[in-house]
Amino acid sequence: MKEAFAGTLESGDILVRIAPAENKGLEIDLESTVAYQFGRQIKTVITETLTGLGINDAKVTATDKGALDCTIRARVTAAAVRATGKDVWKD
Amino acid sequence: MTMNNIIAQRAALVEQAAAQMGKNIYNGTREKDQTARTENQKEGASSKVCTLEEAIRKSGLKDGMTISFHHHFRAGDKVVNLVVDKLAEMGFKNLHLAASSLQDVHKPLIEHIKNGVITEISTSGLRGELANEISRGLMEKPVVFRSHGGRGSAIANGDLHIDVAFLGASSCDAAGNACGFSRSENAKSICGSLGYALPDARYADKVVILTDDLVQYPNTPNAISEHDVDFVVEVESVGDSSKIASGAIRDTKNPRDILLAKQAAKVIINSGYFKNGFSIQTGSGGASLAAVKYIRESMIEQGIKASFALGGITAHMVKMHEEGLIDRLIDVQSFDKVAAESLMNDPMHKEVSASEYASADTPGSATHYLDIVILSALEVDVNFNVNVLVGSDGIIRGAVGGHPDTAADSALSIIVCPLLRGRIPCVVDEVTTLITPGATVDVVVTEYGIAVNPNRPEIAERLKAAGLKLVTLEQLRDHALKVIGQPDPLPFGDKVVGVVMNRDGSVMDVIKNIKE
Repeated sequence: MKEAFAGTLESGDILVRIAPAENKGLEIDLESTVAYQFGRQIKTVITETLTGLGINDAKVTATDKGALDCTIRARVTAAAVRATGKDVWKD
Repeated sequence: MTMNNIIAQRAALVEQAAAQMGKNIYNGTREKDQTARTENQKEGASSKVCTLEEAIRKSGLKDGMTISFHHHFRAGDKVVNLVVDKLAEMGFKNLHLAASSLQDVHKPLIEHIKNGVITEISTSGLRGELANEISRGLMEKPVVFRSHGGRGSAIANGDLHIDVAFLGASSCDAAGNACGFSRSENAKSICGSLGYALPDARYADKVVILTDDLVQYPNTPNAISEHDVDFVVEVESVGDSSKIASGAIRDTKNPRDILLAKQAAKVIINSGYFKNGFSIQTGSGGASLAAVKYIRESMIEQGIKASFALGGITAHMVKMHEEGLIDRLIDVQSFDKVAAESLMNDPMHKEVSASEYASADTPGSATHYLDIVILSALEVDVNFNVNVLVGSDGIIRGAVGGHPDTAADSALSIIVCPLLRGRIPCVVDEVTTLITPGATVDVVVTEYGIAVNPNRPEIAERLKAAGLKLVTLEQLRDHALKVIGQPDPLPFGDKVVGVVMNRDGSVMDVIKNIKE
């Protein structure tokens, strides 16, 4: 795994950075404009998306601007594909 | 009788009359002042023209007293920071700052609150870093929020007593005749109407006018009369006029706002109130300001003219007035430079005080004659209650403004808001903070449909007949939740950081601090 990004800082989007894990497990560092009401939910979506792709160890840094769950899933998947080189859409 | 006797008898009668009236007898010794009167208007010669520091000293301001300001320069205001910096420098403490509203630009007040210079605030709104800090519990005493009409009432009835008002004006003469524009060639600023400053000028114990254009007497026509003014202070700048039309009152290019504006226009046209001689107001917020553009065409097509447009007056309103579509403009606040210049040049463009605009207890206030108002919202709940003050993140980020005043007094109040702002729902179960009670709200327009208050079945019928899609607020709320998921509750603390007053002077709601 190498460091990779997906997404933007536009309103309604999320910028996701995935990097090799420093410790075991998923470490998620989230900054969100809707953190109070949706922080928990955003972290759950990121975790579920990554584990669904078989990624259990990674450092994730996400800057959210109010993205919906579908957007979060898409950005996390794209970042994971870039980070691992494994194209989940093709394979 | 000899001549001498006649004179003596008259003198005796004068003496007798004076004695009966308890007055002195004229002694005829007063000398003529030969100074050219223009000399008398200069600083030092006029009894009113002085420096800010002298004005503060002479005003008798003491620790613990109430000072007031207007917000006609909005984000361009320079008076609040200038005066409070000076008060801090002079060592004042525990002052109550009663502004008609506060903006992002008033961030320096944070330091003055921390240092104990300002310990109480009354305002219509708070924005930016100051709002952020106060929402987190910066102040010991809660900020008191009033509507514009409510503030007018509170000042008039003594609920909000002002000791010294510091009022910025774009022109003022040495006697204190002031207004929100200047006709001199040295004009530096223009804000148009001084409506929110007029209750302060009338009722404050002492009034200090700050001006960046000290003009020759007499400054006419004037908004504030010399009768109400104690001191006149010339300053470099009272405000940056180019920053008035910013923030909540910018012209929108957002396609969703334009869609909402078009829908609101359809509601108006089919509401039953769109008749010759109707009156209209638009609140701040892109969609409500833009709605007026879209009723213009129907007015021309159907030959309908408005008797007056009220409130924050914009360039769009001025244009329609000049086209003959709106007969009169009643202006408590000029929302842009075009409106300010129209107020200066057009006698049909009338300036009103906050009380004459929207006070519940002023029988002649203009809102009582208002047919239609279009307003924006941060949140609407399923009971039609509206919040325009506290964001869905629990942070204060807006202003009460004239929202509850116009909603209550108008024949038809229309709220325009999107269903979602990013991931934040605008139609909710219960508003974070109650600003405008649902009983006064008639129609809610969103991009996913229009909801009509069940109290107004006749309006629902008219809109349905016109082919508009009606939904319930419950349906809109559910639709929002389906898209965004169920939000977690906000982490409010136990400290009350704000108190919301109803326009009748009763306490309507409180705002609690938000925890980190």
